[in-house]
Amino acid sequence: MAKKQTKKQVKNKTKIKKIILKDTTAKKTVKKEKKTKKQTKISPKKSPQKKTSPKEKIEKIRKKKKAEVKTTKKPKQKEKKLVVKRETPPPKHPKPIEESPEHKKIRSEINKILDGRFLPLAILDDIISKVSEEQKLQSKLKVIISKSLAEYDKNAVDPSEACGIVGAQSIGEPGTQMTMRTFHYAGVAEINVTLGLPRLIEIVDARSIPSTPMMNIYLRDEFRLNSDLAKEVANQIEITRLNSIADIETDLTNLVIYVKPNMKTLKNKNISIKEVGEIIKKIRGIDAKIDKDSIKISLDDPSYKKLLDVNETLKDLKVKGIDGIKRIIIRNEPKEGYVIYSEGSNLEKVLQVEGVDPYRTTTNDIQAVGRTLGIEAARNMIIQEAHNTLSEQGLNVDLRHIMLVSDVMTADGTIRAIGRHGVSKEKESVLSRAAFEITVSHLLQAARRGETDKLGGVAENIIVGQPVNLGTGAVELVMKRSKKKE
Amino acid sequence: MERSKSITKKIGAISFSLLSPNEIRKMSATKVITADTYDDDGFPIAMGLMDPRLGVVEPGLRCKTCGLRVGKDKCPGHFGHIDLAMPVIHVGLVKSIRDCLRGTCRGCGKILHTEKQREEHMLELKKYKGEGRDPTFVLKQIIKESVKSEKCPYCSREVGKIELDKPTSIRENGKKLTPSEVREWLEKIPDEDLPLLDIDVKSARPEWMILTVLPVPPVTVRPSVTLESGERSEDDLTHKLVDVIRINQRLQENRDAGAPQLIVEDLWELLQYHITTYLDNQTSGIPPARHRSGRPLKTLAQRLKGKEGRFRSNLSGKRVNFSARTVISPDPNLSINEIGVPIQIARELTIPIKVTTHNIEWCKNLIRQKIKISENPEQYNPGVNYVIRETEGMKQRIKITEKNAEDVAEKLEIGGVIERQLMNGDLSLFNRQPSLHRMSMMAHRVKVVPNKTFRFNLSVCPPYNADFDGDEMNLHLLQGEEAQAEAEILMKVQENILSPRFGGAIIGGIHDHISGCFLLTHQNKKIPYDDASHILSAIKYEGKKPNIIEENGKKYMSGKDIFSTLLPDDLNLEYRAKTCLNCEVCTAPKCPNDAYVIIKNGMLKQGTIDEHSIGAFKGKILDRIIRDHGMNSGREFIDNVTRMGINSITIFGFTTSIDDEDIPEEAKRQIQEGLEKAMNKIRSLVKAYENNELESLPGRSLEETLEMEIMRVTGRARDMAGEIAGKHLGLNNSAVIMAKSGARGSMLNLSQMSGCVGQQAVRGERIHRGYQYRTLPHFKKGDLGARAKGFVASCYKTGLNPTEYFFHSMGGREGLVDTAVRTSRSGYMQRRLINALEDVKVENDKTVRHSGGQIIQFIYGEDGIDPARSSGGNAVDVDRIITDIKEEM
Repeated sequence: MAKKQTKKQVKNKTKIKKIILKDTTAKKTVKKEKKTKKQTKISPKKSPQKKTSPKEKIEKIRKKKKAEVKTTKKPKQKEKKLVVKRETPPPKHPKPIEESPEHKKIRSEINKILDGRFLPLAILDDIISKVSEEQKLQSKLKVIISKSLAEYDKNAVDPSEACGIVGAQSIGEPGTQMTMRTFHYAGVAEINVTLGLPRLIEIVDARSIPSTPMMNIYLRDEFRLNSDLAKEVANQIEITRLNSIADIETDLTNLVIYVKPNMKTLKNKNISIKEVGEIIKKIRGIDAKIDKDSIKISLDDPSYKKLLDVNETLKDLKVKGIDGIKRIIIRNEPKEGYVIYSEGSNLEKVLQVEGVDPYRTTTNDIQAVGRTLGIEAARNMIIQEAHNTLSEQGLNVDLRHIMLVSDVMTADGTIRAIGRHGVSKEKESVLSRAAFEITVSHLLQAARRGETDKLGGVAENIIVGQPVNLGTGAVELVMKRSKKKE
Repeated sequence: MERSKSITKKIGAISFSLLSPNEIRKMSATKVITADTYDDDGFPIAMGLMDPRLGVVEPGLRCKTCGLRVGKDKCPGHFGHIDLAMPVIHVGLVKSIRDCLRGTCRGCGKILHTEKQREEHMLELKKYKGEGRDPTFVLKQIIKESVKSEKCPYCSREVGKIELDKPTSIRENGKKLTPSEVREWLEKIPDEDLPLLDIDVKSARPEWMILTVLPVPPVTVRPSVTLESGERSEDDLTHKLVDVIRINQRLQENRDAGAPQLIVEDLWELLQYHITTYLDNQTSGIPPARHRSGRPLKTLAQRLKGKEGRFRSNLSGKRVNFSARTVISPDPNLSINEIGVPIQIARELTIPIKVTTHNIEWCKNLIRQKIKISENPEQYNPGVNYVIRETEGMKQRIKITEKNAEDVAEKLEIGGVIERQLMNGDLSLFNRQPSLHRMSMMAHRVKVVPNKTFRFNLSVCPPYNADFDGDEMNLHLLQGEEAQAEAEILMKVQENILSPRFGGAIIGGIHDHISGCFLLTHQNKKIPYDDASHILSAIKYEGKKPNIIEENGKKYMSGKDIFSTLLPDDLNLEYRAKTCLNCEVCTAPKCPNDAYVIIKNGMLKQGTIDEHSIGAFKGKILDRIIRDHGMNSGREFIDNVTRMGINSITIFGFTTSIDDEDIPEEAKRQIQEGLEKAMNKIRSLVKAYENNELESLPGRSLEETLEMEIMRVTGRARDMAGEIAGKHLGLNNSAVIMAKSGARGSMLNLSQMSGCVGQQAVRGERIHRGYQYRTLPHFKKGDLGARAKGFVASCYKTGLNPTEYFFHSMGGREGLVDTAVRTSRSGYMQRRLINALEDVKVENDKTVRHSGGQIIQFIYGEDGIDPARSSGGNAVDVDRIITDIKEEM
């Protein structure tokens, strides 16, 4: 066992590079997914044969509302205290890459052939890029599309498919093959990140704070190319406490404290002694005098105990940086330039720092993503994190299963955990809830509220001994008997 | 007749509500007043806990309420009741009682909100309900607001502070409220205010949460057991009810006799305790009621709760008939669709067959078979175990014996049912626990075989995750035509070759199948005609015979040609085999290692067949055949490949032993030198660290840096040893063939056997713990060197020295612990996932929804593709389409 692990470590180091490369590609796919999602959302509207049920309408309205909420939220964030005031306005969303005229031409041609029929966007893109490479294929476009359509229909899901159970099994079953080892180095050798089964459980639990929060902070424009600028950004992000930049001496006879900053580190971190003094002055009940290279702190009402208290607060005093970000590593990645990796995470604040690219910076704190960027971003983050966790272990799980779990978790606009405090608690069926956990209180609550179990789901029907409403069980056949001809 | 039978009632919904005292009395068959069960003669006491009006448990006796017996007629039992002398609080509902008291005024019973507040909350609740959202948050808010108010806005009475003293006493402003007082208060709460207190008017009243009448469950719920000695042993619930009645009686007597308040209160408390433990014997804050032997009693809540409770073990999981379980063993001669069932089991399990005009003769013959069984027990011919006859509306189930067989066969009528023993070709469900995914339960065709184990093809091991070290598996027989049809179409092994987890094959050649095919196809192997015929005899091949090569007057066949007989004619493929070394310059079509596979029109032109061709998860040929020719061809291919693989490996011979790991002295010396170098490197690293000359990595302490560096060096040393060893282990070595072809094991395993085992790790670090400042007393204190911290320089073949052995055991132990923890953790995660997602399905409009109708996705997986059918996750295999079209052009 142990040997295997050591071997894995060696492997991992080679993997690290691959993972970094993967990261960027993964993001692209996520973006693509978004596109396809939009498309799919619109398509039911367009196609006249599909009736929109009232439930669907409600859902749509809700989604709209969500979108509105999201848009209204954004300016609010700007009102918050900025850690560093942006001197320049925040970067506009990078424009999508313009499609080449050739591609455009093929796309419009395909759309003509499709004539309202549906193919996923990713497949269309694939076809376009391949067809544009070879001239002679363009005449065959019609055949390609019709073949694709045929295969698409062949591969489609069956109605009434129990995709939920299949998804849960597909994610749960490989869990037995995962390592329990908590720490591993992901992306950067220097930062430990929870991986394997514990991480997967963490994602599914929707924990408010992951056990090892971490951020990949991407920089924009000149910041990522200039090492000094990158370092400056890093300085603003990484938390600096007073005792790491200065010596604190307590004079017990006079009941004063001297703070003697280390000038070299001060300069390194780009902090002036005056700034340090200003921050110290904010502590209640003291007075600080700033000298050339030291700060003298005296108490308003001197006492020995108070002095020690102040001494403690001084040690932990935040001088610069963002709460929660413990350690920072700057790396020069090929093709990308400088990237900041941080141990600890604080998405809200980091996004406001000048030089940070808000469109690519990520954190593994899913709740924070939900809070700052909205539920749709959180959904994508869950997908990405779960997928990365699984594939890091060499387990191959179809993205659709992960998407489904993520969508179940985020369907009502909040991030709900999979388990008794989240999704399972809000299930409609009394019996299903009682069969899962905390049986007695669910039954009593149901009695008090006068709940009715409509027996729509799986667990309830098994309990009463009836066929389940999934797959072949969802289909009912009613036959009218013709009167016997005799 | 058929009509009335075919309509089965369906439960549409189940509603829950609280029982009112009146209702309890109404449904009660008798009042229970005697705290005893049976009299001295063994007859149940009237109005006692075993009153025959509460139902009967012994067979033959008739219930005095409904007149039915327990067995055939099924008297379900009837409730009784106990009138409580004083009201008692229900433990499960104390929290809602508290909330009701906090939310309302003691004087007028109205909710402590102004009209306006009330209206607002009512609206909000209505909104939540309309949207199907969980209103818990609003309800909590309502109580919070009420608590804040100081005076009742209606009667101006001052509001007291309500506290709950767990488990069952409630205090107002520090003064204890008796259950009677609480009940009086709750009675005052008007119906209109109940929704705000989370109580449904139609199904509950708050005062019902205080018990004045206790229902007594029927005897069928708490049957008494008669022991061998003739002694009666009562159920835990009965014991508890005896306590309740006894105290209740005493309380009543004392109260009526006008005993001092103190005594009455004490008895009241005692009654409260007994009823509390009767409802839930694990209430925190009170000692659990115990049996005489000291075992805590299993009362109502305990019966329902937890893994062994009613819900999880009897309602969500049920026991079944027509099933069997035994040890499994392999049988390479069976198809993947088949299962070998021992004769003994086949004789016991049955399938019902309806007798019709078409099969009556056949059925009669089957019944007569019973006579012949004893004549020749080794020979299996299915017989009939039971015949079900319907005479005058009464069903009769006749067991067939040798004696009555002829008789019953004669009397067999159309419309009867025979329960037939298993026959070859019957469909059955085969399952191995833990059933982690749907491939853990697949349908196999029965093949009756001698001996006592279930047998199946080795290729089917991965989906079940089975091996043959003593595993047992279950078999279930399908009892209806509908079930059989469904299993045939959806559950047969061949329908489950593609896993829905990643859209690839999960069933394919394994172990010897791969080694066999490797031996057959590697390089240009010429196989003597006789042997070739033998190999070909394994498959039912009808087609062109492979070319015969003549050399020195002897006839040969090419191994690649023999393998090609398995491939469909239209197969065209090119890919890299597992044996590919990933050379820097790939000479693909002329690979010297024969690791580039080219298949043209169903002929294997070049390349070796290994895991990447026929293996599960990775097999390219397998994948292509299934996609192009369907599941049936896929199954045939797997069946044939496995047979051919086994036949060729038996002809060529294949063995491995410890001398496969022999390497020359020269290589051993090289490895020693390499290891010595690594040791020196580590020594110099440690020295640098001790002299503070080591430069730390960014963000790491010196110690961490040292550890990381050393780990790297030891890792490299092990790789180096493996490399040197690997050079001397060629493809003429069986162990290497297994590793390289992907049949079993890896080069790492081999290099550990012949090179160096490598660094042992616990929690991903070198081994640190043990004695003070050292891991073992064999080392000096503070030694940071390689050997002192778990580096095993020996190989398994030469053997480990004692310290190495110890470190190795530490690493091994961690692995074991890891597995044990992992199974439980991942099991729980899967249970939660299943519970959260079980009701999600794809609707006819392709949206994905919960059973309640809530939309989860507008289209499944953003493209509506079934992952099992997708090609590697893509909806459409564009590459394939384009290459096909190119070929046509």
